[in-house]
Amino acid sequence: MSNTTIVPFGPQHPVLPEPIHLDLELDDERVVRALPSIGYVHRGLELLAERYDFVEMANVAERICGICSFIHGQGYCQGIEQLMGVEIPPRAAYLRTVWAEISRIQSHVLWLGLAADALGYESLFQHSWRIREMMVDIIEETTGGRVIFGVCKVGGIRKDVDDETLRDVRRRIGEIRAAFDEIATIFRDDPTVRQRTVGVGLLSAADAHALGAVGPVLRASGVVHDTRRLGYAAYGELDWEPIVEQDGDCYARCLVRVREVDQSFDLITQCLDRMPAGEVEISVKGKRPKGEAMFRLEQPRGEVCYYISADGKKNLDRFRVRTPTFANIAPLIHMLKGCELADVPVIVLTIDPCVSCNER
Amino acid sequence: MSFLKKSPWVLHYAATSCNGCDIELLACLTPTYDVERFGIVNTGNPKHADIFLVTGSVNEESRKVVENLYAQMPDPKVVVAIGACALSGGIFRDAYNVYGGIDQVLPVDVYVPGCAARPESIIDGIVQALDILEQRAKARKRQRKIVSQELEAR
Repeated sequence: MSNTTIVPFGPQHPVLPEPIHLDLELDDERVVRALPSIGYVHRGLELLAERYDFVEMANVAERICGICSFIHGQGYCQGIEQLMGVEIPPRAAYLRTVWAEISRIQSHVLWLGLAADALGYESLFQHSWRIREMMVDIIEETTGGRVIFGVCKVGGIRKDVDDETLRDVRRRIGEIRAAFDEIATIFRDDPTVRQRTVGVGLLSAADAHALGAVGPVLRASGVVHDTRRLGYAAYGELDWEPIVEQDGDCYARCLVRVREVDQSFDLITQCLDRMPAGEVEISVKGKRPKGEAMFRLEQPRGEVCYYISADGKKNLDRFRVRTPTFANIAPLIHMLKGCELADVPVIVLTIDPCVSCNER
Repeated sequence: MSFLKKSPWVLHYAATSCNGCDIELLACLTPTYDVERFGIVNTGNPKHADIFLVTGSVNEESRKVVENLYAQMPDPKVVVAIGACALSGGIFRDAYNVYGGIDQVLPVDVYVPGCAARPESIIDGIVQALDILEQRAKARKRQRKIVSQELEAR
């Protein structure tokens, strides 16, 4: 055996907002092996599906994670709707898309802030969160919540947003976009960011594919894969292309997220321009889900799969979520091999770990 | 806030939380709310902290960490439980791997409600915790004085 030291990283660590633990086996300053251990946030919420009504369960699904809360609610509801054969009105689909993209922007900007903090760039962290707060204001005005939206329900959405508010949102999206462009150039060009991220934590396209990476981690390695291409909600009717970078390092992953924020602004504008009029929900009273359904959608962190099985009772039989962070842990362990100890926080952050999603 | 004589440093730990309250807590530190203007600083080191902010409910794994962090903090210290889960387990109280609120494992001084707790209410909770911290510091001073007087008398 060589002379290696084991350094514990986490669960409570200044750079981590959430608890994940890694045992880093070091040879001098170089990481030989990283061993993750999880379970700090496991609540067992999948089992709650057997206890709660399938309509109420949408609230629990939204609380899988506080950052991608809306998209979890959306995924659960669309899974149930698919199972029941319910087609939601177009306005509801468009509003869901708008909220999903708003929550993608706030999640990515939040991540950019945390990444800047991990690089030691405190002022950039503060600026990112200043911009995120503008986004949160829009969320609050349209849904009523800052973190948990609570607007998605089986059969549509809970509350319509009037056209005047939507016009106001469209105007403000323009302002936020201008503010974001200022910090986006720093993430693109600043030497402080580039020096810490270029060439760090390399993941080749073949490895990313073999290890099952998803989301920005996969796209930063040059693989064109975005679950939104399936065309759920309103994505099939919008003009957009998945964002791909070729380098597979931390810088590329950062860049993918910066460009995705821009793309999301664009998608929101498209949705608001084409917003159809009409109802926002259809009644599912008396209907019960029966059978099995699998539903996939794209979270800020990557592809998330929902498996729902029901046998016509008011509770579900089984509810299972496969989250993007879980898929990205294996690529993370691969990236950590051979890196330096000082780079570990940056590499861990670039997969955008969402531990509460991961452990549920 | 006439009682704010010192800068309280806070330690944040997400026990078994969904992230919602954690990002609201981080939002408190950033320009819109900016608690640092009151001298409130977020630290990663339990030995530097006066106030322990815990979000989320608690399970067996996180219990060990929470208790460890609490034990490492120097006296006087105050525990603030943030969010519905930290108060009672919230929506997850029936889940099989959840003990319930943070008060199952730690003595909690301030309870901040909400799912997710709003930054304003979190700041309000910290301000209440400051008051408690001040009282505890005074009580400790009094105790020390009594002990030293008794020692002198001997």
